[in-house]
Amino acid sequence: MSVNFTTPLFKVERDENKCIQCRVCEKQCSNKVHSYDAEDDVMRAKDQDCVNCHRCVLLCPTGALIIKKYPNEFRENANWNGQAISEIYKQADTGTVLLTSMGNPKPFTIYWDKMLLNASQVTNPSIDPLREPMETRVLIGRKPDKLEYNAKGELVTEIPPQIELNVPIMFSAMSYGSISRNAHESLARAATELGICYNTGEGGLNRDFYKYGKNTIVQVASGRFGVNKEYLNAGAAIEIKIGQGAKPGIGGHLPGRKVGEDVSATRMIPIGSDAISPAPHHDIYSIEDLRQLIYSLKEVSGYKKPVFVKIAAVHNAAAIASGIARAGADVIVVDGFRGGTGAAPLRVRDNVGIPIELALASIDERLRQEGIRNQISLVIAGSVRNSADIVKAIALGADAVYIGSAALLAIGCHMCMSCATGKCNWGIATQEPELVKRLNPDIMYKRLVNLISAWNHEIQEIIGGMGINAIDSLRGNRLMLRGIGLTNKELEILGIHHAGE
Amino acid sequence: MLKEGQIRIPSGCAISGIIDKKGNRFTGDVIMKSIALMHDRSNGLGGGFAAYGIYPQYKDLFALHIFYDNTSIKAQTEEFIEKHFEIESAGDIPTTPVEGITNKPLIWRYFVTPRTYLVRDGFMDENEFTSRCIIKINADYKGAYVFSSGKNMGAFKGVGFPEDIGKFFMLENYEAYFWSAHGRFPTNTPGWWGGAHPFTMLNWSVVHNGEISSYDANRRFVEMFGYKCTLQTDTEVITYLFDLLVRKHGIPIEKAMKIMTAPFWDDIDRESEDVKKELKSLRAVYANALVNGPFSIVLGCENGMIALNDRIKLRSMVAAEKGSKTFVASEESAIRIICPDPDRVWSPRGGEPVIAFLEGAQK
Repeated sequence: MSVNFTTPLFKVERDENKCIQCRVCEKQCSNKVHSYDAEDDVMRAKDQDCVNCHRCVLLCPTGALIIKKYPNEFRENANWNGQAISEIYKQADTGTVLLTSMGNPKPFTIYWDKMLLNASQVTNPSIDPLREPMETRVLIGRKPDKLEYNAKGELVTEIPPQIELNVPIMFSAMSYGSISRNAHESLARAATELGICYNTGEGGLNRDFYKYGKNTIVQVASGRFGVNKEYLNAGAAIEIKIGQGAKPGIGGHLPGRKVGEDVSATRMIPIGSDAISPAPHHDIYSIEDLRQLIYSLKEVSGYKKPVFVKIAAVHNAAAIASGIARAGADVIVVDGFRGGTGAAPLRVRDNVGIPIELALASIDERLRQEGIRNQISLVIAGSVRNSADIVKAIALGADAVYIGSAALLAIGCHMCMSCATGKCNWGIATQEPELVKRLNPDIMYKRLVNLISAWNHEIQEIIGGMGINAIDSLRGNRLMLRGIGLTNKELEILGIHHAGE
Repeated sequence: MLKEGQIRIPSGCAISGIIDKKGNRFTGDVIMKSIALMHDRSNGLGGGFAAYGIYPQYKDLFALHIFYDNTSIKAQTEEFIEKHFEIESAGDIPTTPVEGITNKPLIWRYFVTPRTYLVRDGFMDENEFTSRCIIKINADYKGAYVFSSGKNMGAFKGVGFPEDIGKFFMLENYEAYFWSAHGRFPTNTPGWWGGAHPFTMLNWSVVHNGEISSYDANRRFVEMFGYKCTLQTDTEVITYLFDLLVRKHGIPIEKAMKIMTAPFWDDIDRESEDVKKELKSLRAVYANALVNGPFSIVLGCENGMIALNDRIKLRSMVAAEKGSKTFVASEESAIRIICPDPDRVWSPRGGEPVIAFLEGAQK
């Protein structure tokens, strides 16, 4: 074998004193890192194949394994760092686009962490959620500009369909195909128990999961996989996916090896065929085309379901969002550049799009300037990591958030960013039956319920501290935010004051 | 130091309101006595009154009460008023020196009618036209501030203890069927006359005790409909919310209450399907008009008085009735000092309005 110049990213360290050669690590590793060398009666590891998913570490009965960053270093160079060099080697070797997974890991400013929240002191009492009602329910959907009453004092306005969420959180679109059946089942059951929604992603809806329809958002993306009349009427809402934060402007590609019998039936494509979603919808080349699709979907669902339109946060997001609102969408979803994905070209993921915090602030403000913010719901995604991020998002102007990566972390994802390989050792981003069955939905859905319940408690605690007892009064309440370490321009875009002001 | 409008200043307060539902008028001494009893709830940085029924001779004209910082802004503002309104009568509002009341601005009063052709040109009614003119003056004419603009009603306010402000304006000489009063305890203010309460818009007046935590959500909501919150005070935004909901959107006033102090979802869920549907619609469409945090307010409108507490009653408010009169105040003692033997005294529950309208008025 000729030298391909690449060095491993991780180093497997095995404590020989602890290792009992039970070979669990070998059985668990889908990347075939571990092997037993009978000749020398020793366990060996192929460092270069390790993705650092911690499966072997956590399952080793004697705790003999540690995965470390590979200590080999290039000569120090602030410009040509190790990653930059290795990427050149890889592309020179393969001649291909670099593929990666999950969200943008680069050290861009995380604006959530540059915003601080307010609390009540003296002039205004904080409210204790354990003693007082504390409302986190939100209604997602289009609202009329005003309600009308007749002379008899009766309400005459019928409001369009709304989705009720007990907590302003939904599980983001992750298709059946990109993630496993068991992962989908966990999300669906958790959403049902929590009174929230999960999103099918663009891969159709497995027939077995129609029963969770009340808590399901069905997605229609450019590939139109698994889309039919029954599917469109199976959920509580329909989402048109125009773009995704991790790869704005780019379509999708589910490799044929992930298209087994079940995925094939759900997506309505032949077994083993690649499922390629085009970059644009080929029936949407302009905003007026979007309007036609929105209304086609409303027609097919009898105007009984809100239609979401999801876009990636790009430079002109505010104007685009306004167009979407005027095109008749009921809900705008904006996905920031940190949003996760099963697979994306690395250059796109790391360089295209803008932070969701800035996109959200400017969209909310733009829609208000146009006097239409109240008519449409605004949902954000890409990357919401905890309850404080959610509180900040809502204070900036969001109605609710989608979480994807956080939900997967709850069911065991270790953020090894290797989903595209299809060899997820945790049974999430894989279709291999042996791996899928590692993920037990009976256990995992409860972990999701736990996570959202915990976050809900935290949200209640935080807003109660602000003297607010309904999430409605937090929405767009930017006075509850202060920036820290931000420039005037950043503060201006976020529409907030600096701490101390 | 930044003044009201440049910075948001929270404040605590005392409020009091008295209405005679038969429309019998009485002088300002009564309300002054009531608010004076709650002296310790104010700190001398703001006091004010709203009085309804005081200008019967001009009852069809808008009465503009305006503070001016100097004569040059007065001239500019008058030019604007002249252009948009016919001025029936103009003059300064009579005042008398009172110890502790200093730095008084120029305080003027105009009785006006909008110029008909302008109203017609703008496809508006005269209320909408007048409110837009007032918003324009308050936002764009620096040093001029319209603090009252209703018909047959007026606000009187300034920096000082409320009882002193009352004496300063000689309210004992005015007769109204409904009075409300406010003593202010701001946590930080240079004391600007325009920042005192009540806040008014057309015939609405609001006195308010509390600090609403939903302020910015409410502000950004009303600003979508053309309002400009130049003062950054709770009272201002609450007034605009009422104006938007009731005048502009035509929501019945008791439904507007269900928006601003919305019933809890748990309670809504227990209602019949019809009621549930209506309440849900109100909460869905007007979610950002929910007023949160501690407050008690006395709202004045053409029909009379409405007093309202926040949903979980984080501010004190007591109500009482005696004959045709209804009283509300931050403290019961402020009622008993002027009405020692009321027929009924009660503490309204959170979110449960006290509605005391003139006899024959439409709710």
